[in-house]
Amino acid sequence: MNIVVCIKQVPDTKGGVKFNPDGTLDRAAMLAIMNPDDKAGLEAALRIKDETGAKVTVLTMGLPKADAVLREAMAMGADEAILVTDRVLGGADTWATSTTIAGALRNLDYDLIITGRQAIDGDTAQVGPQIAEHLGLPVISYAEDIKVEGDSVIVKRQYEDRYHVVKAKMPCLITALSELNEPRYMTPGGIFDACDKEVTVWGRADLKDVDDSNLGLKGSPTKIAKASDKVPKGAGEKVNLDPAESVAYLIGKFKEKHII
Amino acid sequence: MGLEEYKGVFIYAQQVDNKLSSIAFELIGKAKELASDLGTEVTAVLLGSNVKGLADELGEYGADKVIVVDNPELETYRTEPYAQALAAVINEYKPEIMLVGATAIGRDLGPTVSARVATGLTADCTKLEIGDFPLQPVPGKEDEQKHNQLLMTRPAFGGNTIATIACPDNRPQMATVRPGVMQKLPKEEGRKAEVIEFNPALEKNNRYVEIQEVVKAVGNVQNIMDAKVLVSGGRGVGSKENFQMLQDLADVFGGMVSCSRAVVENGWLAQDYQVGQTGKTVRPQIYFAIGISGAIQHVAGMEESDLIIAINKDEDAPIFQVADYGIVGDLNKIVPALTEALKAEMGK
Repeated sequence: MNIVVCIKQVPDTKGGVKFNPDGTLDRAAMLAIMNPDDKAGLEAALRIKDETGAKVTVLTMGLPKADAVLREAMAMGADEAILVTDRVLGGADTWATSTTIAGALRNLDYDLIITGRQAIDGDTAQVGPQIAEHLGLPVISYAEDIKVEGDSVIVKRQYEDRYHVVKAKMPCLITALSELNEPRYMTPGGIFDACDKEVTVWGRADLKDVDDSNLGLKGSPTKIAKASDKVPKGAGEKVNLDPAESVAYLIGKFKEKHII
Repeated sequence: MGLEEYKGVFIYAQQVDNKLSSIAFELIGKAKELASDLGTEVTAVLLGSNVKGLADELGEYGADKVIVVDNPELETYRTEPYAQALAAVINEYKPEIMLVGATAIGRDLGPTVSARVATGLTADCTKLEIGDFPLQPVPGKEDEQKHNQLLMTRPAFGGNTIATIACPDNRPQMATVRPGVMQKLPKEEGRKAEVIEFNPALEKNNRYVEIQEVVKAVGNVQNIMDAKVLVSGGRGVGSKENFQMLQDLADVFGGMVSCSRAVVENGWLAQDYQVGQTGKTVRPQIYFAIGISGAIQHVAGMEESDLIIAINKDEDAPIFQVADYGIVGDLNKIVPALTEALKAEMGK
């Protein structure tokens, strides 16, 4: 069984954010980690590997420095790693990103593709389902639990007030929630091996059945009109009154705001 | 592609168990504004099995037209038959704008359909308006600026940034919209929408999945992230019992109680109710911070709330830096009095 886990290197949002002059994120200037939902997806794949001996390949699209998350994934137990990187792929929205990743996946044998539900930088949750769409695969989003049963997967699919137990025939694509599991740590031996292993690097030319008009900033249907750091919220009014006056003050404000 | 062929503002009218979700009405409310700016109509797209009866309610909340796709395959949400149905509606009726709720369904259906019809999708929007793209004309290229575009604004980076996005060259312009942000219109009894029954063939392909079981949550079904009003308590509340006071205030608004990390550590409330970096990020319409000092980790989880009211006896508490209205005083006196005053005002 072949599992491909799509992972993303994301800026650690605690470190603050920086922009390029064109309004896109300046990822090069920020600290980077493996996206948490993707890490849970990787852990889910590694657990299937532990049980069945499946081969786990990790794939990422990003800057050359995204090599770091691939090595981390191999140190956790992934067998192979692929970095898709090319200048012409930069500035991609979710359509262009999913087109790119689908183009890379077409080169691989897969039974199961796992992505994180969403990345903590964009928070869109769009790339996983869009990859499935480009590849014509069944998709199960928001997975809380994944089990392999013969040629199918049984997934607990989370909704706001319920879950569905869903069965899909492989090949299929699943998007993982970070609630799925507690990802394992890298092992010292794993770290050692990961340094020695090769990361396969693919560029534009390695993408299969992909049109240039659907790649990168130019191939992105959505365009950024404006992007900015959030303006920190300033303090409002503060009053120090006796309790009855405080209550009257708030009631007045609620009326002013048409809350009551 | 003739972009001018695409007309009208469409919304996906989500239903679950043949009951319309609140987001459907919220989307109609926003769509009415956009349609008014564009001089066009609002069409709700209703997908399901035996759902035609829900069309009237969509009319009462402002939909001008309702397109109903009624098919037994659509009884319970599954990505593929729903995506086929919605894509068929888009291909047939060619809306210029298609709005979908950013729910656990919409965040699956939206990306699948947008990829299928080859257009852009902007996720989790909190603001939508009609305007120009680029926002300012580029000198020398004034005639390249496009008018009447959907400008979609959304937070990203865990709320650290705000981006406004357009989709100038593809149609429809698609967005998922965060629930609880847009306002529904008052219900107009007896208002009718034109109902259009549309029956595209749904192809049973390899992408269908089988639902083996539907398990509805019992007990603690409510999520603080869905609450419109949160009454949040911190260490200053003093005891588990005192949280009843906060619950009473929350009840007046039909809201929920939430808390800071200290409260969970003291065992007063379960972790499900914790707001902050190690808890949940919430954006209610009103957030009461009661007896919460306002550590940065807590603030990170609630500062996007529309209106923040802080009650704290320490006038230097950092929570006052983010509060719209800060009350320095004794929460044990103020909170019960506020609850009573609100009940009197709201006639409860």
